[in-house]
Amino acid sequence: MDKSLKVALSLLGASVAGLAVAAVQDPGEVKLPEYKEGAYVHDAPTLTDIKTDPDLHPELRQVILKGRDMFMNTQKYRGEYVFNDMSCKSCHMGEGRMPWAAPVWPAATTLPDFRGKNKHVNSLEERIAGCFAYSMNGKPPEYGSDDMLALVAYHTYMAKGAKVYDKNIAARGFNHLGKQMPEDISYDAGQQVYTDNCAVCHGDNGEGKRVDGEVVFPALWGDNSYNWGAGITRIFTAASFIQNNMPLGQPGRLSDKEAWDVAYFINAHERPQDPRYTGDIEETRKKHNNFYQWSLYGQEINGKVLGDHNNTGEKPFLKPDNLKPRTFD
Amino acid sequence: MKNFIRRRSLILGSAFLISLSASAADGNIDNGQQLSMKGDGSGAPCMACHGPNGEGNAAGNFPYIAGLDEGYLLRQMLAYQTGARTNAVMSMNVDNFDEQQLADIAAYYASLPAPTATAEISDKKQAELGEMLVNNGNWDEYIPACSTCHGPGNRGVDENFPALAGQHAGYIKQQLKAWQNGTRKTDEVQLMEAVAKRLSDEQIDAVAAYLASLPAAK
Repeated sequence: MDKSLKVALSLLGASVAGLAVAAVQDPGEVKLPEYKEGAYVHDAPTLTDIKTDPDLHPELRQVILKGRDMFMNTQKYRGEYVFNDMSCKSCHMGEGRMPWAAPVWPAATTLPDFRGKNKHVNSLEERIAGCFAYSMNGKPPEYGSDDMLALVAYHTYMAKGAKVYDKNIAARGFNHLGKQMPEDISYDAGQQVYTDNCAVCHGDNGEGKRVDGEVVFPALWGDNSYNWGAGITRIFTAASFIQNNMPLGQPGRLSDKEAWDVAYFINAHERPQDPRYTGDIEETRKKHNNFYQWSLYGQEINGKVLGDHNNTGEKPFLKPDNLKPRTFD
Repeated sequence: MKNFIRRRSLILGSAFLISLSASAADGNIDNGQQLSMKGDGSGAPCMACHGPNGEGNAAGNFPYIAGLDEGYLLRQMLAYQTGARTNAVMSMNVDNFDEQQLADIAAYYASLPAPTATAEISDKKQAELGEMLVNNGNWDEYIPACSTCHGPGNRGVDENFPALAGQHAGYIKQQLKAWQNGTRKTDEVQLMEAVAKRLSDEQIDAVAAYLASLPAAK
């Protein structure tokens, strides 16, 4: 069909129906990428499984359920482990079980492993600590503590029956759009996507929403959001997460372009400092360029260099003690 | 009716904006109370169906409106005028009100305390299914928990996410069906439409019954 005719028809349709939404996708449809050829698929256990699995010692069942509760209601630990609006489930949607929503069981089957982010071999505990230190701008539970054990138990149980050290895992992580952002990525277009699709929950200024002090929708930038060290500050991670999970319950609603643009827009805003900050933005950026090359940290946006500050948000310190290097030399 | 058509053309562009806020007109509670008893001149007054205290009527599928968010109430009445929500009785009963009058009515009902009565669920299996869906959702079917958006205790967040706790089951069921079949079009981002389309009749019944059993007031 002639493009102008198509536009005219859709405009006509929109005004007749009184709706601004062009029916490109049935909102009930779940549109997700295909699994990679030969990728390993694992069906993670449900809450009912945890409650009824006859193999679990009652004491272990209790610990796994405690870990699940920490995972789902992490805001209970606001001011202790978490210093922003995030919970584990904010990014690991659907109880950390769902494909394309950063399922957590692969952490249990592929760790210990070397991680480029901190350049040493990480345990599952250290990996979990990373989420607290960056995405939750917090202070991870102590290694070996009851709380850390509970979280580890939940992660490990989610991997029940899964293959250990098989890395070709279906729907893991957030990179199905590739890593390189498109050249025509646009802050302004992203802002429009945000206004049309995100602001209803996350607020006009990314501030999120609360009821009686309780977080309902987390802030996407500012003091109550993830810090500059969080994986989702990388534009490709955010774009992929958004396309497969947002708006809530509508995977695939946004086009690739919309997902990239809105990811760029959100991550072009200021947020708490990265715990890896040396006191100098240039030095910090160079030191961890393998990470920052994908984010806007240290770049000038709208006349201001992002991340060039000492603000740690609600958290009264920069770096948690248990975030430390490890070597076997 | 003439008034309605003129207003409708004005509203058409903006009523669908989800961020349309109540601040367009500050409601007067006393005027709203008067209007709730008088009606718009051509239809029944609000209290005829929604009760003297805005408590609604479970048997008639008339929702409680007392204590609901002011902006939400205004938006719904505007939606009945534009057709974004369809209900022959509601449309007829509010079509002659102007926006200020609707804002007054919204302010009045928002100022009332939410009802304290809750419904009991007799069917244990239904209660379990409802509890599971409302509090955990069913992620394998891409159904998030109600409280994810409707807030702690499902007592509502703002004009976009109304309280569901203690709402009459028949009304919730009717509205989930309306989202499902596309006759309720008040949400541009289609959040509710998407979820409703994935719900089975059994799930709808269970969710409605469970929500009705929750306390509306904290």
